[in-house]
Amino acid sequence: MSISADSARSGVPAAPGTGDRPAGVHGRAGRARKRHRRTPYLFLLPALALELFVHFGPMLAGLVMSCLKLTQYQLAQWWAAPWAGLGNYRVVLDLDQPVGASLFKSFLITAAVTVIVVATAWTLGVAGAVSLQRMKRGRGMLRTLFLVPYALPVFAAVITWRFLLQRDNGMLNHVLVDQLGLLPGNAFYLIGPNSFWSLCVVEIWREWPFAFLMIMAALQSIPDELYEASSMDGAGPWRQLRRITLPMIAPVNQVLILVLALRTFRDFETPYVLFGGSAPDQARLISLEIYQNSFLTFNFGLGSAMSVLLLLFLMLVTGGYLAVTRRRTLDA
Amino acid sequence: MTHETLGYRVFRRATLSLLTLFVCAPLVVMVTTAVKPLDQVQSGFRWLPTEPTLRPFVDMWSTVPLARYFVNSVVVAVISTVLSVTVAVLAAYAVSRWRFPGRETFRLAVLSTQMFPGILFLLPLFLLFVMVDRGTGLTLVGTRTGLVITYLTFALPYAIWMLVSYFETIPRGLDDAAKVDGCGPLRLLVSVLLPAARPVIVAVSIFSFMLAWGEVLFASVLTSEQTRTVSVGLQSYASEANVYWNQVMAASLVVSAPIVVAFLLLQRHITAGMTAGAVK
Repeated sequence: MSISADSARSGVPAAPGTGDRPAGVHGRAGRARKRHRRTPYLFLLPALALELFVHFGPMLAGLVMSCLKLTQYQLAQWWAAPWAGLGNYRVVLDLDQPVGASLFKSFLITAAVTVIVVATAWTLGVAGAVSLQRMKRGRGMLRTLFLVPYALPVFAAVITWRFLLQRDNGMLNHVLVDQLGLLPGNAFYLIGPNSFWSLCVVEIWREWPFAFLMIMAALQSIPDELYEASSMDGAGPWRQLRRITLPMIAPVNQVLILVLALRTFRDFETPYVLFGGSAPDQARLISLEIYQNSFLTFNFGLGSAMSVLLLLFLMLVTGGYLAVTRRRTLDA
Repeated sequence: MTHETLGYRVFRRATLSLLTLFVCAPLVVMVTTAVKPLDQVQSGFRWLPTEPTLRPFVDMWSTVPLARYFVNSVVVAVISTVLSVTVAVLAAYAVSRWRFPGRETFRLAVLSTQMFPGILFLLPLFLLFVMVDRGTGLTLVGTRTGLVITYLTFALPYAIWMLVSYFETIPRGLDDAAKVDGCGPLRLLVSVLLPAARPVIVAVSIFSFMLAWGEVLFASVLTSEQTRTVSVGLQSYASEANVYWNQVMAASLVVSAPIVVAFLLLQRHITAGMTAGAVK
């Protein structure tokens, strides 16, 4: 975008080359120019103020708090709490202590859930979108149906899952034990080792429509001629899927996988609602771990240190991911 | 067009059937449980109620103060939607019609807030609210005002992104014509750009409303019993000694139905913005 085009668009007179103007005109134009320069900032001001107050201010405060010995007694004057330096970080990262060990465990669980959820949600999204691609009747209806989990408020959807995963009166045990006879007796899904898989399934249910949506949009931008030409050459649907469809949606995958992974990794609401506040060890995602460390044990300094580490980790992974995938797209 | 092999057709049908089952199972449970009497819910699962009843839809209002939660949710979601769309329109106008220092930084900063885990700024924000209370007497913790201010920012990245890309498609010829007629920047926005951008504004509003309506984390910390929203309040059915699952499902249906219907009716508009960025 060149400077002259910009100024023409915004109505600001081009800056250079005005030296030979009469002084009066120059002064008035100068004032007008100043006002014009201020205008965009005035329009931006409310958004900027809100972002500073709700996001960036608290983020900085959180950074400071992560270096304080902060408990509920000092909350009224948190800035006066004793300085802990990097002490909180040392505690949080010390795997031999219960706090560090528990955080590390929830980190591993979160990573595992993220990998499983992203892989499955993506696969289901592709399968669903490709299956609907050239359907004539009922396509709009199925598309709408598949988007319902995405549109449903989290708390309503997840609380329904919580009900159907109940041991005694839930749907899943009824189907698996009574109707199909696959299990000898009712199993627990919301406590113990099964809770991990329950969490994964609910996350997949909520996330796959997003993958489906993005891939549907990507499929629409593939020209029909590509398929026509290849079927003239005798290519069957499987080959077209491998040779045309999958390569053509690759650019979308880059963003899609990142977004899915970030959303799952920092998710709080699904386990919070699914397990009713405190999740079992096997399904405690990292956000919930931090929440429990901050608001149940009232150790806010530790909670803040954990949050900062989480953000650093997400930034590193995002940066690394983008660098690697960019290079790959450039090479191709 | 392309001839479909038998194997491919089987794969397609099977995929669609399984996905439909997966998506529908919880929805069916939700709807059928909502019309069951309590004793049928508590005596083992049955797909269909033997005596369908609408009692849960009546009882749910008295088991927990659902009406209050509902009003709180409506107030918070409506106000934060109106304000956040207004703020986003102003910001998007600046970003799309002017080139100024800090423009790219602003866009990136706003987008980057989407990456922040909510838990990161929950506690600092809580303490900031306490400080504001002490300093100015404006209570933000436990009030709907605090929740509105918080939710305002949640929709901004998506809203600004979508509005900017839409404003960019409105021809500048319109701007110039209005300027010749003596329109100031604000008049130009209100009388030229806004009418043209109506479909996006509707989509952005629905999206923003959905975010505020469904938010759980901040609502669970920043509200009191009096200002609780449905997203947190719905869980009080489950914390009662006797879990009224039929009423939980009835209440879930009632509080989700309007938003789901609105989303599905406007799905093309809303999803256009989400997919545009990635597909381009």
